[in-house]
Amino acid sequence: MKLITAIIRPEQLDDVQHFLDDQGFDVMTVSDVRGWGRQRGLLEVYRGQEVEERLVTKLKLEIAVNDDRVEAAIDAIVRGARTGETGRVGDGKIFVQPLEECIRIRTGETGVIAVAS
Amino acid sequence: MTMNAMVAHLPSVIIAQADTPAIDTGDTAWMLTSTALVLMMTIPGLALFYGGLVRSKNVLSTIMHSFFCAALISVVWVAVGYSIAFGPSGSNWVGGFEYVGLRGLLWDRADVAPTIPHLLFVAFQGTFAIITPALISGALAERMRFRAYALFIGLWSVVIYAPLCYWVWGGGWIGGKLGALDFAGGTVVHIASGSAALVCALYLGRRVGHGSEPMPPHNLPLTVLGAALLWVGWFGFNAGSALGANDVAVVAFVNTNTAAAAGVLAWLVFESLRTGKPTVLGAASGAVAGLVAITPAAGFVAPWASIPIGMAGGAACYAAVSFKSRLGYDDALDVVGIHGVGGILGALATGIFATATVNPAIIDLTFGLDGGLIEGHAVLLWRQLIAVIATIAFCGLGTWILLIVTNAVVKVRVEHKDEVTGLDISQHSERAYSLVESGGQVVSAEAEKRKALRIPLRGERFTAVVEGVEPEELVSHWRHLCVDYGVGVSSELKELYGSFTTVRGNRFNFRGGDKEQIRSTLERLFRGVSKSAKVRIDSQSEPRP
Repeated sequence: MKLITAIIRPEQLDDVQHFLDDQGFDVMTVSDVRGWGRQRGLLEVYRGQEVEERLVTKLKLEIAVNDDRVEAAIDAIVRGARTGETGRVGDGKIFVQPLEECIRIRTGETGVIAVAS
Repeated sequence: MTMNAMVAHLPSVIIAQADTPAIDTGDTAWMLTSTALVLMMTIPGLALFYGGLVRSKNVLSTIMHSFFCAALISVVWVAVGYSIAFGPSGSNWVGGFEYVGLRGLLWDRADVAPTIPHLLFVAFQGTFAIITPALISGALAERMRFRAYALFIGLWSVVIYAPLCYWVWGGGWIGGKLGALDFAGGTVVHIASGSAALVCALYLGRRVGHGSEPMPPHNLPLTVLGAALLWVGWFGFNAGSALGANDVAVVAFVNTNTAAAAGVLAWLVFESLRTGKPTVLGAASGAVAGLVAITPAAGFVAPWASIPIGMAGGAACYAAVSFKSRLGYDDALDVVGIHGVGGILGALATGIFATATVNPAIIDLTFGLDGGLIEGHAVLLWRQLIAVIATIAFCGLGTWILLIVTNAVVKVRVEHKDEVTGLDISQHSERAYSLVESGGQVVSAEAEKRKALRIPLRGERFTAVVEGVEPEELVSHWRHLCVDYGVGVSSELKELYGSFTTVRGNRFNFRGGDKEQIRSTLERLFRGVSKSAKVRIDSQSEPRP
C-alpha cells in the first residue's frame, strides 16, 4: 500500500479528478494549502503599495492506493495537473510513501480491502 | 401654566400656518431628495467602500461602523447636535441650546433656507453629521473595541462636529467673522474627519502584523460599488448644499461630477506612471479624492475650474497614500490621505477659484469680496488657510482628548487575540462569509457534461530507454528541454509530451501514443547532446522499486 500526496494548482483539481476518476480512483482527501517553491508569488498593487503574496495557494490531494495501482494514479495526476503545452513551473509535485496500515472505520476492515483502489 | 405654554400645547397646525412663509415645492422636493442621497453615501456607500477594503474577518465590524453611526448620530442630532450646530443664540464658539429636541421647529423656516421647512434643513444637516464620524472609522478599522467606538463617535459628534459646524455654517467665527468659504463641508466634514482620523490612527497604534504581513482588500467589487454610491450620493451632498433647486445647485452638480471624473483620470495617470498599471481601486479612490476636493468649492467656482481642482485632488491624494507607508502610522483605509489631504486642497482651491460671477452670495459670505485669487483677492486664500489650520488644530486636539476620555471608560483597543481572530467574531459573534471558499466541487448536470468532452486516459503503458548519453548529461538536457525560456519549447518535445508521464534514470515512461514515433522523436531530442544517443522501446514498463 502507498500513500500518494500530490500538491497541485487549485484550478487543476477538476482535471486531476477527472483523470483519477477515469482510472477508477474515486476516494481522496483534498485540502487547501499554501507554500512556495520555484513559482513566484503574485504581485498585487493597492493604492501604490506593492504586495507580494509570498505564499502561493495550492491544493493537497491524498489518496491511498494498492501497490499495483500506483502507476495508474501517477499517470492520472500528472496528466491532469500539467498546464500549458509542456507544463509550467508551479504545476506541483507528487510524493509517494509506503503506507503501513489502512483501516476503514465503519467495518473495521484493514489492509488491501480497506484501501479499495 | 402661563399663557404661552398653553399655546404651545395647541395643535401647531392652526397657529403656525398663518404666519409662516410658504415653502417652495421645487426646493423642498430637491432637498428631500438630497437628504436621502447624502444618507445613501454613508449607508450603504461608505459601509461598502470601507467594508471591501478590510480583511474578510473584519468586514462586518467595518460595515457596522457606518451603519451604527447612522443610527446613533440620527438620535444625537435630534436630541442636541442640531442645536449646538445651529442654535442662533450662540456665541462665536458654540450654538445655543434653544433647539434641543428640535423644540419649536415645526412650521418654522431657517434663515439660511427660507423656502424649505426648517425640519428638512435639520434632516439634511443631520446626514452630514452622520457621515463625518463614519468617515473617521476608516482610520480605526480592524482594531477598535465596538463599545469604545460607540462612545467615541457619540461624544465626537456633540463635542467636535456640532461646534465646528457652528463655526462654519451656524454663525460662528469662521463663517460669521472670518468670512472663509466652505460650500458643502470641505472643512466641516473632510478636514475634520481627516485630522481626527490621523489622531485615531496614532492613538490606537498599528494593527497586529501591519508592515510585516500583507493586508490586501478582501473584496474590491464591494469597494467599487461603495465608491460609485458615494459619487452618486455626492450630488445630494454638494448640489443639495445650494439648499434649493436653483442655478447654484446645477453649477455644484456639474462641478461635482466633473471633479470626480478628473480625480479618476489624474489618479490613474500617476499610478500608471509609477507602477505601470492603472488599478480599479485607484479609479475608485481617485473619484473620492476628486469629490472631496470639489466639496468646499462646488457652488463657488466655474465648471472649468472643477477640472484642475479634481485633478489636483486625485494627484495629491495619490501622492499622500503612496507616501503613507514611510510615515509608519496605520491609517488603515487612508482617511487622512484622501479626506484630510483632499479636504485641505479643496479648501485652498476655493480661495483661488471662487468667483461671484458663479454665485453672487460670495460677496455677502466674504463681507465684500467678489471671489478668490482669480478675482485678485489673495486675502480669501489667507482666510481659507486660517480656517484649515483652525479645523485641524481643534479636531486633532479634541479627538486626542476624547480618545483619552473614552479609553478611561472602555479600553479602545481590542485584546491581541480578539484582533487576530477578527472583530466580526470577537465584537459581534458573526461571520460575513460562511461559504467554503475554495476546493468546493459543485456536482451538477453541467459538471457531468464537461467530463464527457475530455479525452480519457487510455493507451498502452511503455518505456523508452535512452542509451549512449551520460547520466548527468541526460538529466540536465531533459530539464533544459522542459524549460520555456520565453522563446517556446521545441516542437519535438510537444510531440511526445502529451503521452509522457515520468522519467527514472534513462527510462522514459509513456502512456498511449505511437511507440515508433515517440522513440524516434526522443532520439532526435537527445542527438543534440550526444551523437551516439539511441532510444529503444521496452514494452514492459519498469516495475517500481
